[in-house]
Amino acid sequence: MALTVELALQLLQIGMVVAIAPLIMGITRKVRARLLRRRGPPLVQPYLDLWKLMHKEVVVAPNASWVYRRAPYVVFAATWVAAGLVPTYATGLLFSWSADLIAVIALLGTARFALALAGMDVGTAFGGLGSSREMMIASLAEPAMLLISFAVALIAGTTQLSAIAALFSTGDVGVRVSLGLALLALIVVGIAENARIPIDNPATHLELTMVHEAMILEYSGRHLAMIEAAAQLKLVLYFSLVACLFAPFGMAVGGDQSALALGIGIVTFLGKLAVFAVLLPIAETTVAKMRVFRYPAFVGSAFAAAALAVFLRFVSRGF
Amino acid sequence: MPEVAIGLWCIAGFLGTGVLAVVLGGRAIATPLVYGTTLVIALAALLLALDVLLGGRPATATVLPIGLPGLGAHFRLDSLSAFFMLVVNFGAAASSLYAIGYGRHEHAPMRVLPFFGPFLAGMNLVLLAADGFSFLLSWEFMSLASWTLVVSHHQVAANIRAGFTYLAMASFGTLCLLLALGLLAAAGGEFTFERMRTATVSESVAATATLLALIGAGSKAGLVPLHVWLPLAHPAAPSHVSALLSGVMTKVGIYGFIRIVFDVVGDFSPWAGLVVVVAGGATAALGVLYAVMQRDLKRLLAYSTVENIGIVFIGLGLALAFRANGQGPAAALALTAALFHVFNHSVFKSLLFFGAGAVLSATGERDMEKLGGLVHRMPQTAVVFLIGCMSIAALPPLNGFVSEWMTFQAILLSPQLPQWGLKFAVPAVGAMLALAAALAGACFVKAFGVVFLSRPRSSAAATAVEVDGFSLTAMLLLAWVCVLAGTLPGFVIDALSPVARELTWSALPAQAGLPWLSIVPIAESRSSYNGLVIFFFLVVSGVMTAVVVHRLASRSTRTSPIWDCGYPLDSPVTQYTSSSFAMPIRRVFGTVLFAVHETVDMPRPGEMRAARFRMRVRDPAWRFLYGPLVRWIMRSAQRLNRLQFLTIRRYLALVFAALIVLMLVVAIWR
Repeated sequence: MALTVELALQLLQIGMVVAIAPLIMGITRKVRARLLRRRGPPLVQPYLDLWKLMHKEVVVAPNASWVYRRAPYVVFAATWVAAGLVPTYATGLLFSWSADLIAVIALLGTARFALALAGMDVGTAFGGLGSSREMMIASLAEPAMLLISFAVALIAGTTQLSAIAALFSTGDVGVRVSLGLALLALIVVGIAENARIPIDNPATHLELTMVHEAMILEYSGRHLAMIEAAAQLKLVLYFSLVACLFAPFGMAVGGDQSALALGIGIVTFLGKLAVFAVLLPIAETTVAKMRVFRYPAFVGSAFAAAALAVFLRFVSRGF
Repeated sequence: MPEVAIGLWCIAGFLGTGVLAVVLGGRAIATPLVYGTTLVIALAALLLALDVLLGGRPATATVLPIGLPGLGAHFRLDSLSAFFMLVVNFGAAASSLYAIGYGRHEHAPMRVLPFFGPFLAGMNLVLLAADGFSFLLSWEFMSLASWTLVVSHHQVAANIRAGFTYLAMASFGTLCLLLALGLLAAAGGEFTFERMRTATVSESVAATATLLALIGAGSKAGLVPLHVWLPLAHPAAPSHVSALLSGVMTKVGIYGFIRIVFDVVGDFSPWAGLVVVVAGGATAALGVLYAVMQRDLKRLLAYSTVENIGIVFIGLGLALAFRANGQGPAAALALTAALFHVFNHSVFKSLLFFGAGAVLSATGERDMEKLGGLVHRMPQTAVVFLIGCMSIAALPPLNGFVSEWMTFQAILLSPQLPQWGLKFAVPAVGAMLALAAALAGACFVKAFGVVFLSRPRSSAAATAVEVDGFSLTAMLLLAWVCVLAGTLPGFVIDALSPVARELTWSALPAQAGLPWLSIVPIAESRSSYNGLVIFFFLVVSGVMTAVVVHRLASRSTRTSPIWDCGYPLDSPVTQYTSSSFAMPIRRVFGTVLFAVHETVDMPRPGEMRAARFRMRVRDPAWRFLYGPLVRWIMRSAQRLNRLQFLTIRRYLALVFAALIVLMLVVAIWR
């Protein structure tokens, strides 16, 4: 019986992230449009887009291989599993121990690997360009992300996200220099990994500046829907990572599975996501897109900040 | 019969296959017969190693009345030797199976067959040797046997040069090991490891011996900057031998380091760990940066070996540092992570070299700029090569990730080390390891994407055919091991626990009995990972999504020409190639470190000549270390050359002066 409840709670989290991901994307698009003095699409537009794409016919190039056809599902599955294992409304869920922070980062790496291969499959100039640049950005962003996880893990004494969230939500850890640096780095990495301005422009097409869009240029129909859904899930994943590491209040901790605690957990989680979804486009509209070879400085700053945070922790427990 | 004797019989069998090959001469039957025999012997040795390791058998030793008079040759099989015997003979078995098919393409089989068995014998001998003399002798035997295989395609001038570089580096490495073992033997007064282990040495002698062992064994394993021979020699050999050189012989180098430093020298100072950790971190980061920039598939794989050796040495260095500080469980974790990576790397690097060999025999090309689209022509090779790429790029749920994850966990334990130098170095090494992991992803996206995906870049690639069944079986077997070791890592960790207990006097908690088959290296509250659950989730969510979308939404597919933003270009030249894929990374990381220099010569509008692009990448090891060294040696040799043309009076004066100096030295020494 207890196992059934635990399983249901875990499945609720896995289902919830995939259900709300398009909505979160809708909020960011709406806010961005309003800031640019446009009316913007309705909040549910991403759902409608996904629905439309899924019912369309897929157009595949004659020389596309099975890698091209399977990759969208692999990307979606890997991102979904990673997102479903980041604590959202409660800690200590049934499968929370199966992947720690490092494994979640690596799962995103699996998704990226599949997508970059798919970009190269048909053999177009744009696909190769996108894959090549994506891997360049990743080669800076992924180590930064790992260093962030080091910094957090050194404070919490564990790499388990659930345990970290439970510890941080008690407030005993307090405000720390290294945590501040890690947060800064995480935001930069999140921007780079989610292909947002100033690294990449999710609204762009037919431009030489694009990265993510260039990789998926040939995709259509249900394949494109899967990739879009994965991108939305990834945004939710990064939002819930920030929420779980740096704003873990309201979560149901310590195995508290009363309806009230869970309800508060879900409501505060959704609230946090909504706040982040508003803040992201505000930050985005204040900066301009960078040139490609300025990225290393930008993402490298995240690497440096995270490395500094780790160093501080190695030097003294006080930071 | 004691286990060590069975091991020696296996070695004799390997040597026998060399004789068999000579007797059979160039007959067609020779190839399958020789490789079939080595396959059977390797399987026997593999079973022996598994039996010793999993059965928890005590070490067995024997002395053979060969070698130096009065000394004899000592051999011993303990759990450390057994683990490395497992790695070596698993690789040897896979390689023999692969070669039954691949070896048919060899145009001069008599340059490979007689040396293949002795090479395997040499590697096994190193693992069993238990005194300094037989260890060094086996080490040299292994080096020479592998050298004959490296120069087997001697018509190519580059291969001869590779062979020469290898020979020079191997001699240098053995010289260092000779000095290290000499120092240790002098303290105990005997050549056996048994005696060296119990003898007490001063800290300076221990430190010198450790450093010499790091250089000597590191040059065989491929530590930067001693790695220069490796990317030349490994690709020069036939592919099944490349797999052995890269996947297995580098591991014997690691064995030599562990045997001398962990076992024979023992603890003396935590600073030894610092040196090893830093060397490992630099090797990991530099190795993968080299790899990303290569356009020759086999050379890319060889450089990636350098990276993985770096990862192993990070683990070993951490284990040394933890052990010297008396932190047994942490040392066991770091050592287990390193050994797990040794195993993993031997599996997926063999797999990848087999794949490269399959591509080579199907197309005759190693240059990635001339490959492409092989996923259509060689579908099965493509699948297994992809699994190898994903494993080496440390992607869950495959095996490469598990050992890297454990190394990260060991790094996260290092704040408990008391030394300040380590406190500063370890996070920097952690950052380098993180960088190496991410760049390995880019490297193998490039390798698979350029070779197997996209459109064929040459007619050879467009007309390739799938390789034979033996080669495919060998690759499939290795791919399965990658998946199994990634999803059920607990069993591998448990198998390694006798080795960890022998070297660090502590071991990780038993993993096989844990619920859901998770792995928990320290405590559940600290970290855990479950490859099986992740694998299950990935498969279920992926398949479920695909089924739901196909059933409830649309399943119609239309084939239509490439879109490419409305400007599709027919020529495959318009695709990204290996060099263009690596360009952003080259520009970010390479301009300073590798002195990358690109010149673009673009004709003006109306000019009819072709555009030109030239790129120069300089290896810092050659530029700053070997280049000056070689120039200095050449100059000194030229000067010393004058000694040949002296008059008799001058020779007499020289002899007299030498005598005086010698006597003075002796007088002062006393």
